[in-house]
This record gives sequence, structure tokens and C-alpha cells, in this order.
Amino acid sequence: MDSAFVDVLQFLIMGIQRGSIYAMVAMGFNMIYNATGIINFAQGEFVVLGGLMMVTLTMGFHLSIVFAFILSVLFVMVAGILMERLTINPVKQPSVLRLIIITIAVSIIIKGAAMCFWGKGSHYMRHFSGSTSLDFYGATILPQTLWVVGILCCVVAAYIVFFNYTMTGKCMRACAINRDAARLAGINDRKMVMLSFALSAGIGAIAGIIITPIIQMDYARGAMLGLKGFGAAVLGGLGNSMGAVVAGVLLGVLEALGAGYISSHYMDAIALIILLFVLFIRPSGIFGSAEAMRLKEF
Amino acid sequence: MVKRLLWVTTVCAAILFSAAMVYANPEAYHVGCAFAVTGKASWLGEPERNTVEMIARQINEAGGIDGHPLVLHIEDTQGDNTRAVNAVRKLIKKDKVCAIIGTSRSGTSMAAVPVATQSEIPMISCASAAVITTPVDQRKWVFKVGPDDSDAALNIFEHMKAHDISKVGIMTGTTGFGAAGREQLKEFASDYGISIVADETYNPTDTDMTAQLISIRKTEAQAVINWSIVPAQSIVSKNMQQLKMTIPLYQSHGFANVKYAEAAGDSAEGCIFPAGRIMAVDTLADDHPQKKVLKEYKQAYESTYDDHVSTFGGHAYDALWLVVNALKKVGPDAAKIRDELENTTFVGVGGIFEFSDKDHCGLDKEDFAILTVKDGKFVVLEP
Repeated sequence: MDSAFVDVLQFLIMGIQRGSIYAMVAMGFNMIYNATGIINFAQGEFVVLGGLMMVTLTMGFHLSIVFAFILSVLFVMVAGILMERLTINPVKQPSVLRLIIITIAVSIIIKGAAMCFWGKGSHYMRHFSGSTSLDFYGATILPQTLWVVGILCCVVAAYIVFFNYTMTGKCMRACAINRDAARLAGINDRKMVMLSFALSAGIGAIAGIIITPIIQMDYARGAMLGLKGFGAAVLGGLGNSMGAVVAGVLLGVLEALGAGYISSHYMDAIALIILLFVLFIRPSGIFGSAEAMRLKEF
Repeated sequence: MVKRLLWVTTVCAAILFSAAMVYANPEAYHVGCAFAVTGKASWLGEPERNTVEMIARQINEAGGIDGHPLVLHIEDTQGDNTRAVNAVRKLIKKDKVCAIIGTSRSGTSMAAVPVATQSEIPMISCASAAVITTPVDQRKWVFKVGPDDSDAALNIFEHMKAHDISKVGIMTGTTGFGAAGREQLKEFASDYGISIVADETYNPTDTDMTAQLISIRKTEAQAVINWSIVPAQSIVSKNMQQLKMTIPLYQSHGFANVKYAEAAGDSAEGCIFPAGRIMAVDTLADDHPQKKVLKEYKQAYESTYDDHVSTFGGHAYDALWLVVNALKKVGPDAAKIRDELENTTFVGVGGIFEFSDKDHCGLDKEDFAILTVKDGKFVVLEP
């Protein structure tokens, strides 16, 4: 096999694996953005909580992967609901800026709590199904990477079904399009906001759980994951979740190729430079609609 | 009522008793410590604080230093330069200490050097950058117990030379530790006839080093050197395993933390790195001069705290014992302690210190041992 081809393939695999996580974080951002119009800066912390909880349940309590997976996701969803009920819902005059600052505060609190509970060290857990890498046309691929990509596909499929074919999903979409009209039609918009936090926390938790065996998790990882995910969400057009998935994977692949062919010193810069360029040329993101953008407050 | 009276009497007695203790021994020895107990470098400061507290307890329970109780004043620098300077100032001005142990990081130590020098109080840094104690004529009051980075690099290159490795790829973390290591590696490689064919870096927050490793794989590198102190470094060996790279992996002394080896799992087996002997005390030859002190420290630390022993706590151990030994000999006089330190030979956790007026570090490259990972544990590598 040609070695240049193998290298490209290896970079692509690496990029898709990173990108899948960015995509899921970005989907979480979008869900809350659609429901409330704010960016939830605690999104990265959901990922961390999911990962750390999974570590505790599998490595500490020796639960089976499936059971621990479900419990961890539920735990983080409850955390998301609590966050909404305790900090977002009671705000009397919910301006966008005020709510965003609240989410920043929550992210700091969650980070601190995670540090107290799980300590400052880095936690690792075993791979879902072995850590021997598989050969793939000369390149190598970890079974865990297949899990990551597979679960991203499942999440996207579930997302599509939920928002297009269930009543609750349709109600959430209605709220996203026009909250006042939705309320007039009898939709409980506050409940939808809570639901959006729960779902977004759940997606974050899933991302954290599937990536932890590869990257190890510590309490401080949230900020960077959140930033990259936010980049993907903006790149794909804020509010457009399918755009976010494509943009997330794209961002991961570009980062990997950049690190491989330009320089690893500037890997994080590459992602942000791409983001800046897109914002200069198409402020609404690659898949966002410029018209919809103008109508939004933020 | 009787109960209450009893209670009050006990409290009064306790107060009187403790007051009597203090006044009976007016000459307590005050030693200052400034460590990064919290903040981003807390993995340095925490074991350091634990260690000095443990030793002070031992000394005071055994009756103090020739009858004088040892009083430690511990300040938290949070790994921050400004706080470090303030902490050292407070220790000197308010607590009137006769010597300072710390600080934990190279940056904060450099920030504190002028303060200690102006106040003419001896300071023993627990950090490792060579510049802390050089040039010696400007560092009259400053000593350090952390080994030089360059000595670690020399150890790696010596091992490579012995195994006919002449082309290496280096990977360094983009932290102060990694950047300093990168300079040292580049500076000394040619002395050993080794050429650096790939020079890659990674962020402490990075999650995947495949790209960097592929760049190294594309070259003719016969070995990889990974120089970093952050947890992310254990991903390097995992990625190498994933990419089925079989060339040897060398790590820096920053790898000397059992948790990193645990995190890297079986991928870390067989990697080679220089580190203080404390990390592999169980496999050290019984006749080694450090064996006794290492074993005692490890047992004491691990039975007192629910934690693994680390080289960083060992630095604090060495620094405090150096000060205590000096206090025993010359009493709490800053200038005399300084002179005493300069003429000390001391078998400690970090190595065998030989201080002189030309060398305020006291360690050399012989104080590193070459270790490897075997069955998840650090062991001395058989040559």
C-alpha cells in the first residue's frame, strides 16, 4: 500500500473520531440555542460529567458498560434539568446576555464540583471492546473509534426521528421557530426549555462517555471541548443541528490534516482560523440561512 | 452544672497548658514554606506540603531540634508569580523565618529569588530549572534540590548512544516544562552524535497525538522522545501502540508518576525514562547509599497519606532536612545557615547532594536512574 495514501487515511480516521465529538457537542449547543436563544457555556461540562460518571460506574462499581452508559446519561440529564430549574427558569427578566452569564457561572460551579468529587487527576477507563487496533487498508483504527462513529450515527438518527415524527419533538421545533405562537397554540414553552436542557445534557454525556476510553477524562477538559464544539456549531450555522454534525466532522478532519501536513504546533489555531474565515465570508455559517440569522436576537 | 464546670475547667487548663508550652520554649525555630498547594501546579505543591507537615510532626513528637520546637509557616503560592513573591515577603517580614523552602515551580522560584537575595534569607527551591541557581555569584542565598533538566536529557542521550540510536523524533508538551526540555534536547543531541529528525509538540489539552506520531513515522527516526509533565503524555504511548509503531519510546522525568503509567496501561510497558530513584525504590540494589532513606520516606509517606510517593514530595523532604540539619549545627541564624548549606553533603531522596560555593544544586546526572515500566510498576532498567 502506498504510504502517502495510508497517512491520509490515518489522518482522516483520526479527524472523524475527533470531529464526531465536536459534532455531538455542537448538537447540544444547538438544542438549547433553539429553545432559549442562548449559548450554554456549560455544554463542555456535561461532556466531562458524563465521562467521569462513566469512569466511576465502570471502573469503581464494575457495572456493565451498557448499564453504566444508561445510568451516566440519566445522571447528566438530571444535572441538566436541575441546572435549568435552579438557574435559568427562576430568572425574572431573562435577557440573552444575563442567561449566558448564568451558564458561565454554572460551568464554573460544575467544574469545581467535579474537581472536588473526582479529584484533579486524569481518569481512564477500558475500551468498550478491546484496545487492539484493527487494520484498515494499511491504516489502523481502534474499535473504540468505530463505536464513536456508530453512536454518532445513532444519535443523529434518533434526533431526526424525535424532531420530525414525535409530538414532543414537533412542539420543541415550534418553540424554536416562534415561541409566542407556540404558546398560543397551547404548548408549554417552559417545559420545552427544560426538555431541551435535558436532551442537550444527554447528548453531551454520550459524547463524554464514548470518548473517555480514548482521551482520558479530567475535570478541566470541558472548556476546550466546549470551545471546539461551539466552533462547529457556528461553522454549521447556529441552530442547524444537521449542519453542526457535518461541520463538526469537517472541523475534526481539517484539524487532523492540518496537524499532519502543516504543523502540530498550530493544531488548535487551525480550527480557529477556519472558524474566523467562515465568519468573515459567511457570518451565518456554512449551512445557516442569512435571512434567519437577521431575525434572531443573538 | 457539674458537667459544664468540668468543661470550662478543661478548656482553661488546656489554654494554660499550651501557653505554658509556648513560653517554656521561647526559642522555637521558624521555617517558611511556599508551595503551590492549590491551583494548576497543585500536584507539585500538595505532596510537598504533606511531606513537610509529616516531617515537622515527627521532629516535634521526638522533642524538636535539640529541644527547640520546629514551627512551619506554610504559604500557598497557587503557582502564581505575584502570590509567590507576596508569600515569600510575608514569611520574611511577618513570620521572621530563618530559611525558606520553596517555591514549587521554576517560574515562581525565579520571581522569589530577588526577594530572598535582598532580605538575605536562604531559600531552597524545589523546582528544577538550572537558571534558579546559576550564575552562582548572583544566587548567593538561593539553593535548589530539584535536578537539572539537562541532566535528564543527558541520561536519555547516553542510553541512546549505548544502544546505537542516532536519529530521534521528539515530542514535547507546550508547557514551561516541555518547552524547556525541547531546548535542552536540541542543545545536547549533537554532543552525542544524535540528530533530531522530527520536532513535534502537543497541547496539554490535546486528546490525540496520532498526527504528530505519523509525522515522526515518516522520518527515519529510530526512537521517540516524549518530554512532558501533563497527563496527556500517556496518550502518546497509547497512540504508538494503536499505530503499531515498534521503535522505542523514551520519556522525560516528567513521566515519573505512577498514575501516568496506570493511565497508559500496557502501552507504557518497556518505555525508558530517567527519574529519581524514589520511583523504583523496591527494585533498587540493597547496598545503594540512598536505599535506606528512600525506603523510610516512602513507607512514612504512604502510611500517613492515602497517596503514592512522588519525586516532588521528595524535594520538600530534602529541603526541610537540609534546613533542620543546618539548624542543629548553627541555630536560627540566616547567614550561618546559608554558609552551612554551602558546605553540606547530604544523602537525600533526590540523590546525593554535594553543595559547594560553585554549585548550589548539588545534584548531577548520576542522581537520575534509568527506569522502565514493568507490569504497571516502575523498575530500575537493567543495563
